[in-house]
Amino acid sequence: MSITGADDPLTRMGKIDFAGVVKQASLAYVPEVQVGDYVIVHVGFALSKVDEAEAQKVFEYLKQMDELGDLKEGTP
Amino acid sequence: MRYLDEYRDGELAQKLAAEIHRVTTKPWNIMEVCGGQTHAIVKFGIDELLPKHITLIHGPGCPVCVTPLEVIDQALAIAARPGVIFTSFGDMLRVPGSTTDLLAAKAKGADVRIVYSPLDAVKLAEDNPAREVVFFGVGFETTAPATALAVFQAAQKGLNNFSMLISHVLVPPAIEALMSSPACRVQAFLAAGHVCAVMGYEEYFPLVKKYHVPIVVTGFEPLDILQGVLMTVQQLETGRAEVENQYRRAVRREGNQPAQALIRKVFRVVPRKWRGIGEIPLSGLGLSEPYARFAAELKFGVAEQRVDEPAECIAGLILQGLKKPHDCAAFGTRCTPEHPFGATMVSSEGACAAYYRYRRR
Repeated sequence: MSITGADDPLTRMGKIDFAGVVKQASLAYVPEVQVGDYVIVHVGFALSKVDEAEAQKVFEYLKQMDELGDLKEGTP
Repeated sequence: MRYLDEYRDGELAQKLAAEIHRVTTKPWNIMEVCGGQTHAIVKFGIDELLPKHITLIHGPGCPVCVTPLEVIDQALAIAARPGVIFTSFGDMLRVPGSTTDLLAAKAKGADVRIVYSPLDAVKLAEDNPAREVVFFGVGFETTAPATALAVFQAAQKGLNNFSMLISHVLVPPAIEALMSSPACRVQAFLAAGHVCAVMGYEEYFPLVKKYHVPIVVTGFEPLDILQGVLMTVQQLETGRAEVENQYRRAVRREGNQPAQALIRKVFRVVPRKWRGIGEIPLSGLGLSEPYARFAAELKFGVAEQRVDEPAECIAGLILQGLKKPHDCAAFGTRCTPEHPFGATMVSSEGACAAYYRYRRR
């Protein structure tokens, strides 16, 4: 993502890479985002920055489920 | 793509499904509110991974589907005016009004253009000062920040040749309307992740308390939906009714504050008619007083049109979760995405269109 028009938050735009397809999106509502962040985009507007730590949690949960499963199988 | 592919992992999906099977002891009816989730559920066959006695009821969260017939007719009337450039998201073009649709109007010479963002319509108005540019502002809270900024920018730029036909709708009043209906079979909700990315989920706490229904804010990928269902079933099985957030990577409790601030500035909450359901109090957004001059229906004098919906279409019952697409005699025969009777067959997010595309039998 590259960012233009940074002076006024309401006109701030970014070039967003959707797996190879690059589109302009308004960054008016995500003043905190920087180049390299992942964002959720709807009708040309970034609405939310993806929280990378939270994004991992479902996988941690599934891993824990596995470990619990192993534990159950190991008990006589 | 990162944050996408890993949430479609088949093996992990099976694991979540197995856990849902393990914790489920009773039949439960869970409504996914959002059409985007309905599309993913049918496309990936997520409902077929679930225990037989868990029913996913497809909710009214498809903006194209719930836009009333009379608003489509208003759009058609405005688009037919000489000098008008009528702009819209692509999925509204094939939605049938009472006699025709915008695509057919375009074929007959109306200047109807598809835009990707409402800001593109503002740009068109700037570039074409001698023309009237109208944007068809349809959508839930997810789209409202975009239309709000377009109106705000048009006002800032002093554009007199820009207006909007607005039919914005709100999710929490629709949930309330469904829950207060005596026919309601819904026992829990998957709330729409992207709506909550904008609005947060404070509004759901009173609903959970009043109706004792679990509401789990859920994302759109298969693993999101399965985890949302699991969290919901865990609540139902233990008699809890709480607001939980599965989609934490994108949704914070308070939502997107700058977006909410602009929505409050440009819009006010109004009663809104939902196609197939009827009027729901305080369930829509209309322009606030300072921005009322941007209301296209007033500018073009089409506000008073009233029309009835086709009798055969059961879209209303489908949108309330009382019927499935296969229950309709016209489904897949006389009513298809090419010749839709009602809105649930038009939009790719509509339940009928999703069933037609992925599950024709």
